[in-house]
Amino acid sequence: MTTAAPPVPAVPKPARSRLLRFEQRGMPYALISPYFLLFAVFGLFPLGFTLWVSLHRWRLAGEKEWVGFDNYAFLLTNERFWNATGNTLGIFVMSTIPQLLLALAIASALNKRMRFRLAIRLGILLPMVTSVVAVAVVFSHLYGTEFGLFNWLLNLVGVDNINWRADKLPSWFAISSMIDWRWTGYNAIIFLAAMQTIPRDLYEAAAIDGASPRRQFWQITVPQLRPIIIFTVFVSTMGGLTLFAEPTMFGSGLYGGGTAGQFQTVAMYIVQAFRQRNNYGLAAAAAWLLFLMILIVALINYLFVNRIRGSR
Amino acid sequence: MQTNFGRSRRALLAATLAATIAAGTVACSDDKGGDAGGDVTLVLNTFGGGAAFAYDDVIPEFEAANPGIKVDYRIVSERFDDQFRPQLLQWLEAGSGAGDVVGIEEQGIGELMALPEYWTDLAQYGLDARKSDFPEWKWNLGLDADGKLAALGTDVGGMAMCYRKDLFEKAGLPTDRDEVSALWPTWDEFTKIGESFKGKAGDAKFIDSPNTIYNVRMIQEAGVADGLTYFDKQGGYVLDKTPAVKTSFDYVMELQNKGLLAGLRNWSDEWNAGMRSGGFATIGCPSWMLGVIQGNSGEENKGNWDVAAVPGGSGNWGGSWLGVPTQSEHPEEAAKLVEFLTNKQGQIGAFKKGGNFPSSVSGSTDPEVKTAANAYFSEAPTGEIFGNSVASFKPVYFGKYHSAVRAVVEEVILGIVEGTYTQAEGWDEFTKQGKQVVDEMGG
Repeated sequence: MTTAAPPVPAVPKPARSRLLRFEQRGMPYALISPYFLLFAVFGLFPLGFTLWVSLHRWRLAGEKEWVGFDNYAFLLTNERFWNATGNTLGIFVMSTIPQLLLALAIASALNKRMRFRLAIRLGILLPMVTSVVAVAVVFSHLYGTEFGLFNWLLNLVGVDNINWRADKLPSWFAISSMIDWRWTGYNAIIFLAAMQTIPRDLYEAAAIDGASPRRQFWQITVPQLRPIIIFTVFVSTMGGLTLFAEPTMFGSGLYGGGTAGQFQTVAMYIVQAFRQRNNYGLAAAAAWLLFLMILIVALINYLFVNRIRGSR
Repeated sequence: MQTNFGRSRRALLAATLAATIAAGTVACSDDKGGDAGGDVTLVLNTFGGGAAFAYDDVIPEFEAANPGIKVDYRIVSERFDDQFRPQLLQWLEAGSGAGDVVGIEEQGIGELMALPEYWTDLAQYGLDARKSDFPEWKWNLGLDADGKLAALGTDVGGMAMCYRKDLFEKAGLPTDRDEVSALWPTWDEFTKIGESFKGKAGDAKFIDSPNTIYNVRMIQEAGVADGLTYFDKQGGYVLDKTPAVKTSFDYVMELQNKGLLAGLRNWSDEWNAGMRSGGFATIGCPSWMLGVIQGNSGEENKGNWDVAAVPGGSGNWGGSWLGVPTQSEHPEEAAKLVEFLTNKQGQIGAFKKGGNFPSSVSGSTDPEVKTAANAYFSEAPTGEIFGNSVASFKPVYFGKYHSAVRAVVEEVILGIVEGTYTQAEGWDEFTKQGKQVVDEMGG
């Protein structure tokens, strides 16, 4: 602490000196402790308790019996769990890659001189403030088979009705479009903020050397944005792999994700396991596998994005 | 330092637990027990959309007849299966919050009756005397795994067949409900009428959805046979061996091949819209379906719908029970409330308020119920139609995991109709997915 301390007496009293020593050494810890206490209660404890539950056959109003790793073994050989994992990763790739590329392009466009720049920058953030459930409900209607707007538009150009929920790819596409509609603007604003910190003279020097705007973008803007891109990729990974609300609403609020689980994500599998199957042990084990999956995917993404380099 | 750390960790744990418990019970712990005047307040936890259990008018009657007992009537959530049921399990596990009387829907009766340690034996308060007032199947479903009387029936769905008179007329079929009922005493004849209907009323299909007709037929077939559907009474998975299931599955495939199904998902927007726009001509009709049809079809279709008897004559879909959890502090008064709400007076009160069809014999045969007619459905004598369907209905057994299996296998049927599965792989997928649910539930 930096409070004006009185001049230290030559021979301090023991108690006083101990207090002073605490103030110097202990105070920083005391001040940051609320965060760690809250984290322990709402983060660490649930994490550990989930691990404990996952090693049991655990039913509400039923047995709580130690089964070791049986739940994990069950999941790793369970067709439906792997199906959910595949769906989650598929929707993640299908939504995140276009989303981040589009956000980058939008940010780059907004970084230019233009009229009504502030209004446009605010507008791009608007989808963020709508509730995710509202978005999902509206999109679910737009993707209706018989009376949906998108099928009506497709009919105009001579394409037959698509049953968006009947197969994997159309349903993934529909869900990805909801995610992107909501999150592209958010990432664009983050990219834009980072772009504005890139020194102008880099571009000026490049322009003098005859670099085209496209080359400037790929060889100055993108490498300079690298830490921010890593950040957005991490956040998108966590959000994408725990995807729940959009596919649930898309499937009329059911956790099954379509007639054959075409768009059931791991998060939906977890909720289904404890709410409909009353199998808390299985749900807890699936939650831990999801946690590990996020760590692995985040690591892969990090290694991948880390390869972005400046001009060589 | 070490002991301090240990103590603070324990304190932290205690605080966490306290917070969790407080959060879980705060909604229900405040007004339990007696009031100042020695009054007892009973908490009645129910669920449902619309009028739900429709007890608004009968509870004051109960309170007037039983001075000193007050009833706190709650509708906790709209849906049973994925909202009220998990909540109820949480209350039972926690040992508080469930209140004194709880509602249980047909979908969950098998699972909850498999937990006998949580239910008060209502026979000890004399409610076993009510046995003769209920159809056997309704009574038996309220017995728990130990065979004790844990719950009494409130309402039943019954079964009828609703049809569009305007579409029938276009197709050159009779429109009078007695003549229509006479058209299809059996399911084969129902199919034949469907074939003669096909193509004569524009794009309209004969039947609304694969799963409505599957349910109507399956429950009826099970009743006629030994009452088994997906599980036997020892809890074994018998879906693949039950004739009622296979017959009904094959019947849906036959209807699909003949092009008689609209192929819609129940409760979907398309299904709702189909009722209004005349997308299909018939729909299996438990009593609560009348309200659904009326709401979706709107005023412009008043008089277009009518109600005929269901092929095969009997059937039931839906209905609820009331039970008293052992955690109730006033089981005797709670049993009194259950008695009142499930007797003739209580059931007729709910029928008048919300149309919930009485499950008791005395309730369903009361003149007030028996002569009831529905204005929206061309003045159809619904009281008589539903009463007949339930009177001849045979007992059906629901296993512990019935509703979870049901949710999944019905998705497979819809998947076959939508083309996700071929018919050839359909039955294997149907039995396999049901088994997978049993495995996920823990065998």
